[in-house]
Amino acid sequence: MQPVTTWQPLLRVEDLRTYFFTRRGVVKAVDGVSFSVAPGETLGIVGESGSGKTITSLSLLRLVPQPGGKIIGGKVLFEGVDLLRLSEAEMRGYRGSKISMILQDPMASLNPVYTIGEQVAEPLRQHQHLAGKTLWDHVTEALRLLRIPSPRERLQNYPHQMSGGMRQRVVGGIAISCLPKLIIADEPTTALDATIQAQYLAHLKDLQRQTNVAMIFVSHDFGIVARMCDRVAVMYAGKIVETASVRELFSNPRHPYTIGLVNSVPRLDRKEERLASIEGQPPALLNLPPGCRFAPRCYAVFDRCWKEQPPNFEAGDDHSASCWRVAS
Amino acid sequence: MDIAIARPELVADEVRAERRRWDIFLQLNFCIPAAVLLLMLGAAIFASQLAPYDPLQTSLSQRLSPPAFAGGTDAHLLGTDKLGRDVLSRIIFGARVSLSVSLLVILVTATIGTALGILGGYLGGWVDGLLMRITDISLAFPGILIALLLAVTLGPSFTTVVLAVSLLGWAPYARLIRGDVLKLRNADFVLQARIIGCSPMRIMLTHIFPNIVNPLLILATLSVGLIILVESALSYLGAGIPPPTATWGSMVSDGRGLIDTAWWISFFPGLAIGLVVLAGNFLGDWLRDRLDPRLRQL
Repeated sequence: MQPVTTWQPLLRVEDLRTYFFTRRGVVKAVDGVSFSVAPGETLGIVGESGSGKTITSLSLLRLVPQPGGKIIGGKVLFEGVDLLRLSEAEMRGYRGSKISMILQDPMASLNPVYTIGEQVAEPLRQHQHLAGKTLWDHVTEALRLLRIPSPRERLQNYPHQMSGGMRQRVVGGIAISCLPKLIIADEPTTALDATIQAQYLAHLKDLQRQTNVAMIFVSHDFGIVARMCDRVAVMYAGKIVETASVRELFSNPRHPYTIGLVNSVPRLDRKEERLASIEGQPPALLNLPPGCRFAPRCYAVFDRCWKEQPPNFEAGDDHSASCWRVAS
Repeated sequence: MDIAIARPELVADEVRAERRRWDIFLQLNFCIPAAVLLLMLGAAIFASQLAPYDPLQTSLSQRLSPPAFAGGTDAHLLGTDKLGRDVLSRIIFGARVSLSVSLLVILVTATIGTALGILGGYLGGWVDGLLMRITDISLAFPGILIALLLAVTLGPSFTTVVLAVSLLGWAPYARLIRGDVLKLRNADFVLQARIIGCSPMRIMLTHIFPNIVNPLLILATLSVGLIILVESALSYLGAGIPPPTATWGSMVSDGRGLIDTAWWISFFPGLAIGLVVLAGNFLGDWLRDRLDPRLRQL
């Protein structure tokens, strides 16, 4: 357990808002998201598809999908610098060197016409201007960190010559090559099969132990998050509804949505005939009604929920939830 | 594998030796089209040594003599045209004009079209809108008319022909490349390139361009025939390379009226055009396979 000290966050996100301006209206994909990540810490962001997890992570790098997507407000403070205020060229200096990202699909995220050596070398060439033997030593080291067997021979391989699991390790190698302070992993194991998944997660953990890189781990899988993360932020319909340490979140969930999610994870220590599920669908993010976004699906809904959006309430030590029930 | 780990240089040597092998010349789909093109290029370069006659020398007594194998004399292997000029000599000298026009035009059009296509497709927004409207205009305008205007203002010459045909030819490249770039722009590996901090320029040049080489090569090799034909159309309209200089296109159109009696006048230059186009296409296919790492080892 980490001692509770007044740590300086590596990344602090305040009230981040990313909207998509479409012909049919404004889609509030990320609507007032705040969280922070300490150096070396792993923060999990969980939520179902369409809850804004991916857009949140892309917003941190200012790579919101175009056309239509725009970060309209908030702060992304990385080591005290507000990334949203940097020029595009300054921002490029952060991408890949201080903050990096692992995408979901290893089959699509490598360029088919370059060898993997070239692709791992590219951020090193760009940011650290390495060349020659130093460069290739760094590249080999990055691949070794991701446990790629005989990395030196693998440098000459093209992506199509590798399996999905191997490719995702290469993507991890690209992410770690410049030894960034923060890696955002956007469902890095969703495209891998179960055995490879466990292996990959172990490698990521290992990598973190060796380099002390902080990680934002985006996932819809509570089981994986429980294994990987120190703290968890639960996202629903563009907002973070609850944040707590993993242990706290699983033993003492406060938001009805989190309670529903925790109950829907299959467990060996409970005898239940059926898994619990949450009724209904998440709302469309276009023209949202006032009030709590979870209200239509909530089992504990009352008058106030329909009228006002709940702010974040303290629900314990380093634990907050945005639900009117927590306040009362 | 263990040996490889102990002596990585052995693996590297093996790979290099494999690359050095000359098996490329055993591939028919490389050596036949390459031979045809080399032959044509050789003919163009050494035209004055190879041609049996002066291509411009007329001889009315020898006019419309059929090729040697079709009842003609050995003096004119491929026959003579209506002014008694030797068809073989004219084809050999015509290769100079036709091939250099084709190469130059392909170079100019592919460069312009690719640059505009990548810029429009990747940057999108108003840049794309503007570039594609210009492309639309270029595609919609009667190209021959522009070429004629150009020829009239600048006077018919080799440069004018290259300029005029290039002006007609870049738009299909821009269209095709832009379409492919639109697909690539949203590919994950482009996002990956942005994640590691690549600038838009770098992404366009090093991440997108290598992925559009295939359609580019195919269009370039296919356009050889079209260029030669447009060049001949210009000659026919009097805006091309001025007669009596021999070009393959103008030879084909010269023989048009006599196609039922003296077929050889149009047939042999036509055959030359066809061979170059075919060789270009085969070579383009071969090149495409070589450039695609997925097919390289098959």
